[in-house]
Amino acid sequence: MLSLRGLTRRFGGLTAVDAINLDLAKGELVSIIGPNGAGKTTLFNLVTGLDRPDAGAVQFEGQGITGLSPERLAAEGIARTFQLGRVFGNLSVMDNVLIGAHTRLRAVKPAFPVIGPLLELGLALLRPASVKAEEERLREEVKAILARFGERLLPRVDQPAYSLSYANRRRVEIARALALKPRLLLLDEPTAGMNPTETAEMQALVAELKAEGLTILLIEHKLEMVMRLSDRVIVMDEGKKIAEGLGEQVRSDPKVIEAYLGHGLSGTAEQESAA
Amino acid sequence: MSSWLDYTINGLIVGNVYALVAVGLALIFGVSRLINFAQGSIYLVGAYIGWVAVVQLHTPLPLTIIVVAAAAALVGLIIERFGLRPLQNSVRIAPLLATIGISFVLDQLVMLTFSPNPRALPSQLPDVRFQVGGGTIGPLDLLIAGVGITSALLLFVFLRYSKLGWAVRAASQDRDAAMQMGVDVNRVNQAVFGIAAALGGVSGMLVGMYYNQIDTAMSLQATLKGVVAEVVGGAGNVPGAVVGSLLLGLVESYGVAVFGTSYRNLFAFLLLVVVLVLRPNGLFASARQAPPEPLTGTFIAPSRPVRIPRWALAVAAAIFAILPLFPVSFYVLQTLINAWLLGMLALSLTLVAGTIGQVSLGHAALLAIGAYTSALLSLTFAVPVGLAIIGGGLMSAALGTTLISPSFRLRGHYVSIATLAIGEIVSLVILNWESVTRGPIGISGIPPLSLFGYDLISPTSIYWFSLSVMVVLALLQGRLLTSHLGRSFRAIRDDDIAARAYGLSLNRYKSLAFIFGGFAAGISGGIAAHLYSYINHETFNTQQSILALTVVILGGLGNVVGAILGSVALVGLPEMFRIAAEYRILIYGIVLLLLVRFRPQGLLGTI
Ligand SMILES: Nc1ncnc2c1ncn2[C@@H]1O[C@H](COP(=O)(O)OP(=O)(O)O)[C@@H](O)[C@H]1O
Ligand SMILES: [Mg+2]
Repeated sequence: MLSLRGLTRRFGGLTAVDAINLDLAKGELVSIIGPNGAGKTTLFNLVTGLDRPDAGAVQFEGQGITGLSPERLAAEGIARTFQLGRVFGNLSVMDNVLIGAHTRLRAVKPAFPVIGPLLELGLALLRPASVKAEEERLREEVKAILARFGERLLPRVDQPAYSLSYANRRRVEIARALALKPRLLLLDEPTAGMNPTETAEMQALVAELKAEGLTILLIEHKLEMVMRLSDRVIVMDEGKKIAEGLGEQVRSDPKVIEAYLGHGLSGTAEQESAA
Repeated sequence: MSSWLDYTINGLIVGNVYALVAVGLALIFGVSRLINFAQGSIYLVGAYIGWVAVVQLHTPLPLTIIVVAAAAALVGLIIERFGLRPLQNSVRIAPLLATIGISFVLDQLVMLTFSPNPRALPSQLPDVRFQVGGGTIGPLDLLIAGVGITSALLLFVFLRYSKLGWAVRAASQDRDAAMQMGVDVNRVNQAVFGIAAALGGVSGMLVGMYYNQIDTAMSLQATLKGVVAEVVGGAGNVPGAVVGSLLLGLVESYGVAVFGTSYRNLFAFLLLVVVLVLRPNGLFASARQAPPEPLTGTFIAPSRPVRIPRWALAVAAAIFAILPLFPVSFYVLQTLINAWLLGMLALSLTLVAGTIGQVSLGHAALLAIGAYTSALLSLTFAVPVGLAIIGGGLMSAALGTTLISPSFRLRGHYVSIATLAIGEIVSLVILNWESVTRGPIGISGIPPLSLFGYDLISPTSIYWFSLSVMVVLALLQGRLLTSHLGRSFRAIRDDDIAARAYGLSLNRYKSLAFIFGGFAAGISGGIAAHLYSYINHETFNTQQSILALTVVILGGLGNVVGAILGSVALVGLPEMFRIAAEYRILIYGIVLLLLVRFRPQGLLGTI
């Protein structure tokens, strides 16, 4: 479904992503682990169009998507969350998640070139029944998505996102990604900064999504979770893929241990004990 | 062709002067990622201090330079300490707005102290010219070159060999890392503001001597030129700023040689727009480099808007609607008509700057486009005034959006620069395109407002007309905000990267915001043209852009009711207290500063 070939991104002298190859089959959950600064987030940026590779190619569902704009890729069904959390602070939880459904708006966004945007403006002002119905339907959908997080988000549906707790903001991000009805979901450290209970909830949710058949690429430091969820694990260090395989196999790989030790255990151990 | 050498020398000399301004801007941008819109005001202050020293105190030239540098540096330190340091932890829009406010306050103080009339600033140098090759060069040229080179050397030594200079360089490379290493950011800021101000002040004095004339309009021009040079060289890049300045000086000089003096500024701003579009990181940065703006962090203060119930708004609208039925003076009606016109502009700006986060500093250009279109349609093509005004709105929407579209890829402070420059370009095109706009003479005899064949001449009818137009625009905008477009605009404002990752095209939605906002502003300009009956290229100027911005901040960014409330307050209160016209802009500047400092979310809150 997704395949990366020789994907490379350099920042000045630093090669943040170095000739990465990766294949992801439909319905698979693959985790990417590695110390901080290994290039994981940069890899996500390359796949989602927020950054362009210096070399290499990305294919999605058999089509070359290298260097396409993030807008296009969202429309293709690629959704992501951000490591540091990028919710829309002044928007309510409802509006945040509705933005996730933006690519699925039909009634209000007629697909004509040039005059399409003007019609969109007109329809937004006039709001004929079809537009209202679409908006209503999406709102119901958003509520259903929020319900997946139990009582965490539903009671706060009209609160601005900036007023939410850190963990809730991460949840809003995931809800927003789900509202896109993604074919491929990229999660960048979804449990960063969460306590064990919250992490367990998140893990259960990701497992559920996987069971529903969603294809997922996961960056995660908490190895316990990675081992339980992943079909395969990829280890990155200094931009390179240094190991790939089943969970336990990778964990005992000397190169992996060396990479983590060499970086003073910056990633896993610290974060797990902190959490 | 000897004159080409003259033009080259002139270009380099003028470039040298720009460099003194631009280097300061680059230093400041380097350490605080801020475009200091008050730099031109310091240049202005420098010129007037130079005038006091030369004309009143009769100081010798070297002493004059030292006095100007020291006094300007002091102003810079004051700005840093009292204007910007308190905002260190605020959202990124705050310091930008603060420097705009400071600039207006300083300019007005100079104007109130020295009157707006131009003054001569003699250079005290002998009036001889030396033959060099085919051109000539005078002692003042040599002085400017000398000051430029000396300052560059001093700055180089300071940055390279002093401890504070090292801290400045460290802070501009990576502010957070520098802070962790114990660099005192306040001291660094003080240093760069002091140096930038000293250079800027001396530059203003030299320019005054070069043209033997100083006036208060110098300020905005200097800021603009400095910013152009700085951006061309790459924001925050000090040597780049020098090269950018020399380049700008040459481009202008050759442009003047070929096309004439009135095109000088047009070339500068076109150069800016071209660079911003093609190489937003400057000529010397690789185009692939990440933008210098931080990628995260909110631009706009989060807040909970004050919810005003619909019935209260309806009652307020009804009260204003029946106001003319009571015995109120024409003067009150006239004041409120001005408030409604400003209200339309503020609605437009609050959508563009507040809802979608593009802080436009050239919004008056949209008024000008609407006004000229409506005036010309009704005069030249005898289009009925009502239709002509709508035509003005449409033209402003279409042309304004087209002109601004190159800046859609820019972020944060760069948008403000681009809109400022585009606003200036509009005004310069109006000035120079005589066959259509009648150039500097302006358009007179514009027919009065009329609707369906009835002239609206009485203040009461004009009042009702402008109030109803504003209310209709406000209702439409309110409706827009509750649609998916309102949501999309606000998402783009809060985080354009996340917005793109969810399929929101920045070009599409910024265009729609400017189309809607351009229409409202164009209508306001159109109505104004028929009210004033005479307009020229200066009728709609930067002061109005800044006034509108103050209104928008006062009301709350994106807040429709706030925009109207702010307009009534800023037009009405000075009238109520009978404040003389020349103090008003000073007050607007102070209001802006106080708001940014104490209530950045405005009266009614950001929506
Ligand atoms: N925009 C950028 N400009 C320069 N360097 C960058 C940029 N983005 C990331 N890097 C560098 O690339 C490396 C990889 O970063 P990142 O992908 O965020 O790592 P990870 O997500 O694995 O922690 C880091 O050394 C980081 O400093
Ligand atoms: Mg990361």
